[in-house]
Amino acid sequence: MSAATRPIANTRSAAGVPTGRLAVWWVVASEVVIFGGLLGSYLMHRLAHDQWSVQAANTNTWIGAFNTLVLLSSSLAAVLGHQAALRGDGPKAARQLYLTMLGGATFVVVKAFEWTHEIHEGFTITSNTFWSFYYTAAGLHALHVIGGVIIMAFVAAEAKKNLELHRVELIGIYWHFVDIVWIFLFPLLYIAK
Amino acid sequence: MAHAPVAHEAGHGGHHAEPGFWSKYVFSTDHKMIAMQYMFTGMALALVGGFMAYAFRMQNAFPGINVPGFGMVSPNEYNALVTNHGTIMIFWVAMPVLVAAFGNFLIPLMLGCDDMVFPRINRLSYQVFLLSAVVLIASLFVHGGGFAGAWTAYPPLSAKPQYSLTPLGSSLWVVAVALEFVAFLLGGINFVTTAMNSRAPGMKMYDIPMVVWMIVIASILFMASVGPLIAGAVMLFMDQNIGTAFFDPDRGGDPILWQHLFWFFGHPEVYVVLLPATGIVAEIITVFSRKKLFAYKTVLYTVFGTGVLSFTVWAHHQFIAGIDPRMANVFTITTLLISVPIAEMMFVYVATLYGGSITLSTPMLWALSFIATFLIGGVTGIFLGASGADIFLHDTYFVLAHFHYTFFPIAIIGTYAGVTFWYPKMFGRMLNETLGKIHFWGTFLGFNGIFIPLFLTGVAGDHRRIWSYGLFPEQSTQLLVDLRVFATCSMLFMLAFQPIFIFNFFWSLRRGEKAGPNPWRANTLEWQAPSPPPHGNFAELPRVYRGPYEYSHPDRKEDYWPQNAPA
Repeated sequence: MSAATRPIANTRSAAGVPTGRLAVWWVVASEVVIFGGLLGSYLMHRLAHDQWSVQAANTNTWIGAFNTLVLLSSSLAAVLGHQAALRGDGPKAARQLYLTMLGGATFVVVKAFEWTHEIHEGFTITSNTFWSFYYTAAGLHALHVIGGVIIMAFVAAEAKKNLELHRVELIGIYWHFVDIVWIFLFPLLYIAK
Repeated sequence: MAHAPVAHEAGHGGHHAEPGFWSKYVFSTDHKMIAMQYMFTGMALALVGGFMAYAFRMQNAFPGINVPGFGMVSPNEYNALVTNHGTIMIFWVAMPVLVAAFGNFLIPLMLGCDDMVFPRINRLSYQVFLLSAVVLIASLFVHGGGFAGAWTAYPPLSAKPQYSLTPLGSSLWVVAVALEFVAFLLGGINFVTTAMNSRAPGMKMYDIPMVVWMIVIASILFMASVGPLIAGAVMLFMDQNIGTAFFDPDRGGDPILWQHLFWFFGHPEVYVVLLPATGIVAEIITVFSRKKLFAYKTVLYTVFGTGVLSFTVWAHHQFIAGIDPRMANVFTITTLLISVPIAEMMFVYVATLYGGSITLSTPMLWALSFIATFLIGGVTGIFLGASGADIFLHDTYFVLAHFHYTFFPIAIIGTYAGVTFWYPKMFGRMLNETLGKIHFWGTFLGFNGIFIPLFLTGVAGDHRRIWSYGLFPEQSTQLLVDLRVFATCSMLFMLAFQPIFIFNFFWSLRRGEKAGPNPWRANTLEWQAPSPPPHGNFAELPRVYRGPYEYSHPDRKEDYWPQNAPA
């Protein structure tokens, strides 16, 4: 939608927060409850099933740690991109977003290898409820990573032409959220054994 | 009046080129058109849901009858009918009409802006909703028929096709419900953001009309409660199709987990649809009693209280599911507590009526009947909220009659109230009052005739999900049979009056009296726009000077004082 046909409603700011930022926070709020429900269910189950630690011992903490590092570093790039966007430097913001996307892609590729290995070992989504939660929670998170990378590609393409620079911040907020979900997933699925 | 905006006067933005059919009616981003799409889809599905109720009530009262227009109802068809009746009426009628249609229509108009903040996300929301409706309707025609595991979809019944006998129907049902949630999340974010940011200049928090508050709070409740059920729907879908065992106790899962996820959403959902209906009633009773809303802020605080409490009551649906009795005590207390703010709201509405100059127009009749019938629903809820009584009454027709006494006022009476009240604004013409009143009395009497007998059969032990009581001699006494037949005849009576509304609706589109911008002499901003409002709504975007309910102000000659009229 070009700026000319954007509704006047979109230009108002009675709450004092830009409309886009407000909306992304509400998106994040609704996502928090989705992951909250899933992880809450997992936690209740885990507390009731001590024997799951035997299964959890088969996850690879080092790969999880590497992915944590990758994802957190990519968030740093997103912040640098936001700073560049604030200065009005679209091409620089786009370059930082490309780095963020690279981090997201690395995360997904590493995950793919990790899962292939685990499935070969016989730990499939149906072998035990721990593994069901493992693949469901991490899979839902990975879908969010992939979705974020795709949206970021569009934002970066615009930003490169110095257009819609405020969106760099919005996708950044979302990306931090994806990060934080992983910070909950990593200890719950990998460290707790 | 100087403040009355004149239609088509120097529009803003200059984007009023006449669009073609597809872009005007199908792919429109205009909030009013999207509201109409939601409303007509919801009402069409209400016909589907109503037809289902007709089929299974006929079977219930006259077991083994060849239902005219449907045929024999087999036990599994009976289960599919009650399941999809419940699902459709809540997710595809109450939600789209009360939250989405009225939300879309009223929020930008009442806040004095030209559209939602994200018109294209708004359009996407409707498209996802339409897709979900198509998936649900399609699920009725697949091999095995529609999902037959009750609208609450408790596993293992819903998870294992050998129990529900609907292998495809149950999966499609889950997909449809999940899509519907996505649609309302998209819509809800739009509603909340618009209300927070796009109010007309001068409109403070407490100048927002009550119905907008209610729809916004309902959207927030929805957003905050639906997440666990979305996760649950994913888990259930995988249990059905991939072979996971989240809800399968034999393989380390827990079926009660689903009940928690479902009702953690399911109970706030009651308030998600209730609040818009109470908001509609608040607008109507102030206009037709020509009085200020009694205790605006109190209503608002009761709604906040209700919203917060609604997250703490869900396990009262599970008193006989084997939950810890100590937990049942806690949920009994919270459940009884939540009746306090709602009762307070009802008292406030009665206080608003007290001493007013009441006009018994059709919308007012609907609004008053909402208060009366919802009261019965609320009071009978107290019996069920107390775990001791609930253990006796659980899953009987008493429960069924109770929640129909809440949902019917919400979804049907609330909708009729809103449609008859805002029809002049939506279409620029008045509905016929005589037809409206005939329709009202037929519906109101018919509704009570259905569900009062069902309270009695419920107390006498009729279980909710029985295909034929012929198989239960102790439930086949003459009195119980008569009560069931009376309920079904009342339903036929009520259904017979519905074509009057449909006729009135379409006849008035062309032949109704011209409404003019403000036929009810109301204060809120939507009545200051032309009827029907053009694209962009207001010729000149309004500025707000006062609250929405300044009726019969002593200093003024006229008994109303529009929000945008300079002092």
